[in-house]
Amino acid sequence: MTDSEKKMLMVNACKVRIGIIESTHAAKAGHPGGSLSSAELFTYLYFKEMNVDPRDPRKRDRDRFVLSKGHCAPGLYAALALKGFFPWEDLKTLRHIGSYLQGHPDMKSIPGVDMSTGSLGQGVSAACGMALAAKLQNNPCRVYTLLGDGEIQEGQVWEAFMFAHHYKLDHLCAVIDNNGLQIDGPVDQVMSPYPILDKLRAFGWEAAEVDGHDYDALEGVFAQAKTVKGRPFAIVMKTTKGKGVSYMENQVGWHGKAPNDEQAETALKELNAELARLEGM
Amino acid sequence: MADVKKIATRQGYGEALRELGAAHDNVIVFDADLAGSTQTAMFGKAFPDRHFNCGIAEGNMMAAAAGAASMGMVAYASSFAMFAAGRAYEQVRNSIGYTGLNVKIGASHGGISVGEDGATHQCLEDFTLMRSIPGMVVMSPADAVEAKAMVKAAYEHQGPVYMRFGRSPVPVFHDEAAFHFEIGKGEVMGDGTDIAIIANGLLVAEAVEAGKLLADRGVSARIINMATIKPLDEEIVLKAAAECGKIVTCEEHSIIGGLGEAVCSLLSEKRPTPVKRIGTPDVFGHSGPAAALLEEFGLCAANIARVAEEFARS
Repeated sequence: MTDSEKKMLMVNACKVRIGIIESTHAAKAGHPGGSLSSAELFTYLYFKEMNVDPRDPRKRDRDRFVLSKGHCAPGLYAALALKGFFPWEDLKTLRHIGSYLQGHPDMKSIPGVDMSTGSLGQGVSAACGMALAAKLQNNPCRVYTLLGDGEIQEGQVWEAFMFAHHYKLDHLCAVIDNNGLQIDGPVDQVMSPYPILDKLRAFGWEAAEVDGHDYDALEGVFAQAKTVKGRPFAIVMKTTKGKGVSYMENQVGWHGKAPNDEQAETALKELNAELARLEGM
Repeated sequence: MADVKKIATRQGYGEALRELGAAHDNVIVFDADLAGSTQTAMFGKAFPDRHFNCGIAEGNMMAAAAGAASMGMVAYASSFAMFAAGRAYEQVRNSIGYTGLNVKIGASHGGISVGEDGATHQCLEDFTLMRSIPGMVVMSPADAVEAKAMVKAAYEHQGPVYMRFGRSPVPVFHDEAAFHFEIGKGEVMGDGTDIAIIANGLLVAEAVEAGKLLADRGVSARIINMATIKPLDEEIVLKAAAECGKIVTCEEHSIIGGLGEAVCSLLSEKRPTPVKRIGTPDVFGHSGPAAALLEEFGLCAANIARVAEEFARS
């Protein structure tokens, strides 16, 4: 990755974070914590990895993305808006009556959303079905899905992991955002999903762990994913929940709570300062 | 009806899938370790590359079917009614219903006639559950010919469909060559005026028999096969209410939330008419041979005739 490309991604991730704060603040609800921890991932997928075209959001051979942890819609929406799927200003209508930006992703109303999600565990199954169909159709697309580390407590996730291995879905790539926190507390206190990598490998997946905020690491692992044949690939992404907003980082309370006026102002001041720093680099 | 050929409606499902598979490349079939029972194995044998066993994992199957449908496939997903509509309810609601994707759920072994397996496998709530999902078409064929036609109509229909098939062989009374099926249209099978009997599934054949018993007793019954529970054929129900004045509903399902309630809801708002519902009461089933269970719960011609006659004369 060139320096300018990395700078573009860092700038865009910062803009995605600004979108997350602006939208959840305007909605007075939503899930900033896990959206922020996935900001680099969203940016990497939409600005480096995936074959998508905002002018033709339904094109047949586009890569698919399923946000299995659908509550992190604010992060996805900000990335889609930044990419040009819909106007950035619309982010402020998130969760409002009459807005197409539903609290959780709605494929029927939102350009660029490939699957409606929100009920945890179902998105990864849908991604498996997409990958299966793509094979039958000789569609060269790849299918990406993002899960939460709390989400993998759902039994259905492991049904899907079995399925993906059984049907050799090697164009499927699942990313698990391991920020370590869920609504009721640290994941290992609520119901430990660990060891995640070992479990994935036991289910027949090729799996790797990376720093989810490091673009060099993301580039390396997504390149590695494409070299694997005959089995699906999983990325366990170590991240910081609430990343980029000082008072939200590693705070479980920011899982599903919107910043108030004052908090939003503080967050945006921090993020805009960071944006200015990155743009001046 | 000893001289009539008996075939289970699930067999009609299997045959229709095989024919659809030959006609359309975009038909894909999922099953959950019950392919031999649901009859999707027929499709699997003919088109092994488009038949996917998901193992005993119905939740994943339903959402995976939705994913495949989002790619332009028409996905049929099968299990027993209990697990398709019951266990995987929330996957059906959120990944199939909410998305409006082209998933057709083929649920076999519905109702009390599952028999010996007992209450855990006798799904008496699937119509209720599936009716409650916005946009879901809910159907239950009366015989194998209707089942076959229904499965093909489901292919042409844009959006989610739930079809319930039975385990036990039932009389085939439709002529395949002449039969035309339309989603949402009831079928009048005997045009009486004293009372109307609206049935679906294997109780249609019983209702037809009941109609003959009633005729012998001087009661003229209109028999209606209501294969589509949702959307309900309102016209045929309102006409029956206007012309017969009393209605009996019959279904191999709980009286809570199924065909009977659908008919009652319509009539209470548009044309209040006395209705008696024949179905299972608010109890679980139990093990036994299908015929014995159907008789025990009054899901047979003799009981339908008894209830209808008493009602007609009251």
